[in-house]
Amino acid sequence: MSSALSIRQLTKTYGNGFQALKGIDLDVAEGDFFALLGPNGAGKSTTIGILSTLVNKTSGTVSIFGNDLDRQPAALKRSIGVVPQEFNFNQFEKTFDIVVTQAGYYGIPAKVAKERAEKYLTQLGLWDKRDVPSRSLSGGMKRRLMIARALIHEPRLLILDEPTAGVDIELRRSMWSFLTELNEQGITIILTTHYLEEAEQLCRHIGIIDHGTIVENTSMRALLSTLHVETFLLDLKRELAQAPTLLGYPCKLISPHTLEVQVDKEAGVTALFGQLALQNIEVQSLRNKSNRLEELFVSLVEKNLAKVAV
Amino acid sequence: MSSELRANLVALNTIVYREVRRFTRIWPQTLLPPAITMVLYFVIFGNLIGRQIGDMGGFTYMEYIVPGLIMMSVITNSYGNVVSSFFGSKFQRSIEELMVSPVSPHTILIGYTLGGVLRGLAVGVIVTILSLFFTHLQVHHLGVTILVVLLTATIFSLLGFINAVFARNFDDISIIPTFVLTPLTYLGGVFYSINLLPPFWQTVSLANPVLHMVNSFRYGILGVSDIRIGVAITFMLVATAVLYFGCVRLLVSGRGMRT
Repeated sequence: MSSALSIRQLTKTYGNGFQALKGIDLDVAEGDFFALLGPNGAGKSTTIGILSTLVNKTSGTVSIFGNDLDRQPAALKRSIGVVPQEFNFNQFEKTFDIVVTQAGYYGIPAKVAKERAEKYLTQLGLWDKRDVPSRSLSGGMKRRLMIARALIHEPRLLILDEPTAGVDIELRRSMWSFLTELNEQGITIILTTHYLEEAEQLCRHIGIIDHGTIVENTSMRALLSTLHVETFLLDLKRELAQAPTLLGYPCKLISPHTLEVQVDKEAGVTALFGQLALQNIEVQSLRNKSNRLEELFVSLVEKNLAKVAV
Repeated sequence: MSSELRANLVALNTIVYREVRRFTRIWPQTLLPPAITMVLYFVIFGNLIGRQIGDMGGFTYMEYIVPGLIMMSVITNSYGNVVSSFFGSKFQRSIEELMVSPVSPHTILIGYTLGGVLRGLAVGVIVTILSLFFTHLQVHHLGVTILVVLLTATIFSLLGFINAVFARNFDDISIIPTFVLTPLTYLGGVFYSINLLPPFWQTVSLANPVLHMVNSFRYGILGVSDIRIGVAITFMLVATAVLYFGCVRLLVSGRGMRT
């Protein structure tokens, strides 16, 4: 599969001397749904800023669909749509005007721009708000407006910087399904998010950035397969006075009705239930204690922190 | 026509349309105040005080100050439109909409400048129409009148753009108009002929660019001027070119817009 994004030895040092990026390499294949994760201040937004040309790089190369950032900036800009973290539209303009005006900046004639604006505002549930000044939209609507605006020139690569921050669960899920549809239509998507569940649900590949370096860049499946132990919470039918002894399954009693059990992937859960049945412990339901990706993310970032400290 | 050029023409049309929509939408802030201010100038300076002053340069005082007052409104409105619109875009970060798009820096600059010129001209026309209620206006040289008003509006639109690029807060966009533009305009021969000044101050006044613009425009309307028109127009053409390329450089560098 051809490359949508290719970054080589990208560095960024801000005027105050802070080195936000320390020579990162990153490739995203065409059609991919890629998650770029990292703690606050890791370099995610700087990377996206450089891709969208809002941040000047210090050194290195960036190529999007073969268009070099330094040599073919106009062609590169035509191929990407950017949804930033902060609202960056005119708060006094009407929703429809914001989207149509953006189309004009890309040289799209007014007639086509209006048709597309109707299409994307409708898809994102904003058509009935088309004549409303953008400042009166809710936070979730403003985020959807920025997605509609980013799609108006029909880019091949969509970059979203924390698109679901501060959005309620229902709306977040509807945005997930919208983004999945876009990806199925062939649009490559790069997403940064703090909701690791979101990355796990949507993305096929993942890059983890920390202290300006890429600490992991692999497929979601490969990354998750490195997790050997999962922690489950078992809701018990009857209360227990103390934690039972389960061979090969370290456990502790969280409350009289809740048992926390660590399960090695190799061992599986069948033998666990066998042992529980032998001790006459009935389980009403079970759930993951935490998001699997979250555990990996924390462990990778902690490892990198130890390296940086050395 | 290449597709790149066609795309930039659509983008230019978009920026200009957006700018005109902006200043017409907020007309009570943009078009009405200069109209009221200028009517007050006509009534107080032109009519009441002007009667006591008598003729100036062979014209009634009202006739003499009308070209200067038209020019004053063109200058302040061209400048004010670009500085407030561009700084407003920076403040709201909506300038990023333009920066991420493939619009060329020339298109962005021409778009904002045309927005400023059009507001300057709109206010100029309003003030001219209002002046007809107070005096009879003749046009001595239509070509000079149009050329000078266009160049002046362009120069001050470009200056407004530079102010907006460097401005970090709203104070920064009011300092220049208050402490530089207003004194230069008032001392730029709007209300008097520099021939009334002692020789030393006449020479000092010649360093004021607004004096050349006001007098060139007055020449276009009345046919009288304190300065040499050819020199003034050459100065304005050179200033326009220098400012234009300076502004393009600022846009390319991303100063105040990119980190």
